[in-house]
Amino acid sequence: MKILVAVKRVIDYNVQIRVKEDGTGVVTDNVKMSTNPPDDNAIEEAVKIKEAGKATEVVAVTVGEEKAQETVRKALAVGADRGIHVKVDGILEPLAVSKILQKIVDKEKPDLVFMGKQAIDDDCNQTGQMLSALLNWPQATFASKIDIQDNKLEVTREIDEGLETIEINVPAIVTCDLRLNEPRYASLPNIMKAKKKPIEEIAASDLGVDVSPRLEQLKVEEPPKRKAGIKVANVAELVQKLKNEAKVI
Amino acid sequence: MAVLLIAEHNNKELRPFTLNAATAASQIDSDLHAVIIGQNSADAAKQLSELPVVKKVLSVEGAHYENFTAENFAPVIVKLAENYSHIVCSANTFGKNLMPRIAAHLDTSQVSDIIKVISPDTFLRPIYAGNAFATIKSNDAKKCVTIRPTSFDPCESTGGSAPIEKVDPSEEFSNTKFIKREEIKSDRPELGTARIVVSGGRGMQSGDNFKLITEIADKLGAAIGASRAAVDAGYISNDHQVGQTGKVVVPDLYIAIGISGAIQHLAGMKESKVIVAINKDGEAPIFSVADYGLEADLFEAIPQFMEELNKLNTIQK
Repeated sequence: MKILVAVKRVIDYNVQIRVKEDGTGVVTDNVKMSTNPPDDNAIEEAVKIKEAGKATEVVAVTVGEEKAQETVRKALAVGADRGIHVKVDGILEPLAVSKILQKIVDKEKPDLVFMGKQAIDDDCNQTGQMLSALLNWPQATFASKIDIQDNKLEVTREIDEGLETIEINVPAIVTCDLRLNEPRYASLPNIMKAKKKPIEEIAASDLGVDVSPRLEQLKVEEPPKRKAGIKVANVAELVQKLKNEAKVI
Repeated sequence: MAVLLIAEHNNKELRPFTLNAATAASQIDSDLHAVIIGQNSADAAKQLSELPVVKKVLSVEGAHYENFTAENFAPVIVKLAENYSHIVCSANTFGKNLMPRIAAHLDTSQVSDIIKVISPDTFLRPIYAGNAFATIKSNDAKKCVTIRPTSFDPCESTGGSAPIEKVDPSEEFSNTKFIKREEIKSDRPELGTARIVVSGGRGMQSGDNFKLITEIADKLGAAIGASRAAVDAGYISNDHQVGQTGKVVVPDLYIAIGISGAIQHLAGMKESKVIVAINKDGEAPIFSVADYGLEADLFEAIPQFMEELNKLNTIQK
């Protein structure tokens, strides 16, 4: 079994986002970037499956500008075998990314494609589902547990009402929840080894995919600020305020 | 062309957020139709037909629709989409799972999780866990939009009498099989729609200690929430998680206990009307969004809180 894992470079989850004054987006210059957190879970799961002898190869792919390659390098450092970097400048919509990934799937013919359930920058939550639609493959979204049995997967999905279990036939797409596993850290020797692993570079323009945007981002602004609250001295004061000032209890 | 709303239901009745999604959809165009796909879902279809904002109901029935599998739902909606300018549904796990599959088939760039309809082609949506708002204009001929239910009021649920039209089912997608659903049943209000939410975080230190949260919630008639840290630690099940990748709640009162307030958690609750934070770390970021902050050891504060509540003659429910 061969597993393709898609990873995205995003602003690090600990960074306090600042909106640009001209309203064109958020500040990314000199801001710490890292792999989209649930994409780390996707890589971890693929590597674990390989370590359990149930997969033969793990390929990490990213779509993005020059520096996006860092996310592939990081995936290689935690156990992916080789990487693919589809180079493209500017921000792509999930539809365009899923069309590019479709081309990579056509070329690589993986049995499974894993990725995070949502990117923490645009919060779109679309790419995995779109890719599975384009391929007409089954989709197991928001996965918190994966059991591999021959050519089938039993996947536990986190849904609003609780948990759902589905069985999907390979080839299939799985989008990963943060609770799927605990991603490992890359050890220094493995970081050094990863530098020797191959990363194939592909220009998005060579894939024959229309990636032109369909959406216009007219403005990005700061959300309304909450007005500053107060600290209360004790529980009695808190309950009194809730009852008589806020009138919510 | 009219707008098509995808109803969310459990085959017996509509799920409450369908009413919020109907409000958003009717703001795009008052010519609103709604499709309900399920098995033996006639009662839910009838309920849908009674929403005054809905002008026509399309009902699709089939055994393979019983469990709301996106792979089965998408083809029938894609076929119906011919006659519609917009396809709309809630941005909860049902809609998040389904809508992109439809959008990709229609070759449309989806607009996810909108919090405001500015015009039929322009929407406001949060990005970066709600730390920025983006105004997005869609230039696609057909638009696929998911809406954040808590940002729209529910529509009226009675008084309408839209015609219900049967639509032929599509073929079954055989590579995905539903096995089971583990729903956690509770007599408490639903987290997404509760007037009061009491949430616990890592500070609770154990699943057992969550009993303290439960007692307050019962006293206040509140739903129970949790931070991701508390769910990850196994203190409480995932359906209670509030935050960027969990549920977004907008109650009248949100009480955060032992929650430090990571931006990912704030994303799910900072629009609440009144926020209370109880935390022993006075520097915790949760205090930056709290209307009333109490710097205290929660294991002392919670019993006192119960005591003070017990002293009140009346509590709003």
